[in-house]
Amino acid sequence: MANTTATTAGGGDFTSNLGRIYGIYTGGFIAFIILMAILSALGVENVVIGYLFMGFTIVIYAVIGVLSRTMHVGEYYVAGRRVPALYNGMATGADWMSAASFIGMAGSLYLLGYDGLGFVLGWTGGYVLVAILVAPYLRKFGAYTVPDFLSARYGGNLARLIGVVVLFSCSFTYVVAQIFGTGLISARFLGIDFNVAVYVGLAGILVCSMLGGMRAVTWTQVAQYIVLIIAYLIPVIWMSTVKTGVPIPQLMQGQALANITALETAQGITVHHITPFVHGGYDAKNYFLLILCLMVGTASLPHVLMRYFTTPSVREARVSVAWSLLFIFILYFTAPAYAAFAKWTMLDLVASGLTPENIGEKAGWMMRWAAADNTLVQICGKAATDTAAIVAACAEKGVTALSFADINLNADMIVLATPEMAGMPYVISGLVAAGGLAAALSTADGLLLAIANALSHDIYYKMIDQNAPTSRRLIVSRILLVMVAVLAAYVASTKPSDILSMVSWAFSLAAGGLFPALVLGVWWKRANSAGAVAGMIAGFGITIFYLVMTQYGADFDKATPNMELWWGVKNISSAAFGLPVGFAVMIIVSLLTKAPSRDMQDFIEEIRVPRGKQMMEEKIA
Amino acid sequence: MATPDRVSYWNKTKSLMFVMLGLWVFFGYVIHMFVEQLNTIVIFGFPLGFYMAAQGSLIAFVVMLFWFARRQNAIDEEHHVNEE
Repeated sequence: MANTTATTAGGGDFTSNLGRIYGIYTGGFIAFIILMAILSALGVENVVIGYLFMGFTIVIYAVIGVLSRTMHVGEYYVAGRRVPALYNGMATGADWMSAASFIGMAGSLYLLGYDGLGFVLGWTGGYVLVAILVAPYLRKFGAYTVPDFLSARYGGNLARLIGVVVLFSCSFTYVVAQIFGTGLISARFLGIDFNVAVYVGLAGILVCSMLGGMRAVTWTQVAQYIVLIIAYLIPVIWMSTVKTGVPIPQLMQGQALANITALETAQGITVHHITPFVHGGYDAKNYFLLILCLMVGTASLPHVLMRYFTTPSVREARVSVAWSLLFIFILYFTAPAYAAFAKWTMLDLVASGLTPENIGEKAGWMMRWAAADNTLVQICGKAATDTAAIVAACAEKGVTALSFADINLNADMIVLATPEMAGMPYVISGLVAAGGLAAALSTADGLLLAIANALSHDIYYKMIDQNAPTSRRLIVSRILLVMVAVLAAYVASTKPSDILSMVSWAFSLAAGGLFPALVLGVWWKRANSAGAVAGMIAGFGITIFYLVMTQYGADFDKATPNMELWWGVKNISSAAFGLPVGFAVMIIVSLLTKAPSRDMQDFIEEIRVPRGKQMMEEKIA
Repeated sequence: MATPDRVSYWNKTKSLMFVMLGLWVFFGYVIHMFVEQLNTIVIFGFPLGFYMAAQGSLIAFVVMLFWFARRQNAIDEEHHVNEE
């Protein structure tokens, strides 16, 4: 049994040197950025810089993965339970901030203005629920996976199986979005076809998560956090300095907003960036329901919850949630500033007198993006691949001077394109690509691990072969990991939707399926097995029904008419129906059936106090 | 199992949870319901309602969680159920 206390003399060497190791690593990364800037200045081609940025960072992650490889069960599933709170916070930050946060969010804020802030609020406030309702209690229980807890609390494999089904559905949806993100980055910065690029992204993901399970993923994620946060902050600090002379974008965002409003008014745009509840169909109802679904989903997503299984104690688990949110906050409170400065830059560009003839010269980056994928930039309603195409499209619509509304930028490209938009050197674009890749890879690693662990630990070991030796369990886990990843890459290549929507669906699925069972499992002793099983089936069932029927319809074809929205609630907030139904069914069925046994009530008492040994001890097979 | 000390521990833990939940509802939802009114107040170019959603509530969540970790730990120690 791996020791579960914090650092001991033997195993502490690495842990006590963490600050120094990651300090050197950060310095090394900054030196690498400077080296790239020098190479770029010496005339090395842009695409080479792109390859170097992405290649170098992936090699670093792989090296960390190889160094922390393990065949020990406790290390593989929960990193030996000795990750200090602060570093677990950083790893959770990377685990959490995916392609959606890094690539998708600021782009959506750019397009949706105030209404996009629902994502910012939803993806931070959920940590309050994680800390007060769920994480410390699951840590005390000492689970390896979320279904482990469901099985112990609701006695039996049925609850475990449903837990695995929900886990699989939400994590798979989520991982598809990440692979989509890596594909998008590879397509633009490595210049390869999107359908091939998704598999290239996949290779990068597998290298890190295959080798060392949770331990390798943890230490890689810390490294990825450092890359992604540097890559996110530099362009926006740059824009803030150029536009306002002050390198604090979060503060200068106020000035950016004032300028945006002034420019919008001057250009006759009536729907202002700062006006609430008017963009993209987000009325107040959808805005608040989205916040609720994202927050509750946060507290139910297995790949996030399992990060708190790795801390040395319950106390550290709580502190770790706070650190996680702090590290996440650094990116999230920068995102609205990122969007504001990008919008200001674009409005300025339009104000400078854009015509279909001169846009190629003034904003050549749009054509490069349109060439990578023709849905990314559309001008006058057509793909803006070159000046001739733009002139032809605009002539058809009778547009002679381009307005802000004539230029249609895809939400998923805005962050990646901002360095070019604001005229920064190409090295910054390479850096942002590396950051986006780090965000997508780190989350994909966590997700694939959650899926593979559930399949190998919960299904294979706990339900099929209780006597399976350790080595076989870990091999099964790795094989499943590859199979799931390849399937996800295939789904990603079909482009099901934009990144932000796919990720939001995952949140709704987790919220509708798992939240009632997890929370009532700790906070309501009367909750019993029948109630939990019925609640999970009902909550998850309604959520996925609403999602599939409104997105694809009964014929599974996106193109044909689908089910009407219920009360106009967007399907990214599907849990708005699943969550109340899940709670209601679970409570009613629990009350109608027999109360849990005395033993179970004692078990719940034990989970509620930090002291005492963890409830589930793993035997070393 | 259900000793008086344990009962009092759980009651205090529960009240802390409800306090946090109340603050969460306030910063997560209630304050944003008044966005239009708050937007009439402008500080450093920020309409206040926009600011609360972009930064204000986020800062509140972070501060709340560090405070919660300390507070819950104090309750643990007071009732001698902290980890050795």
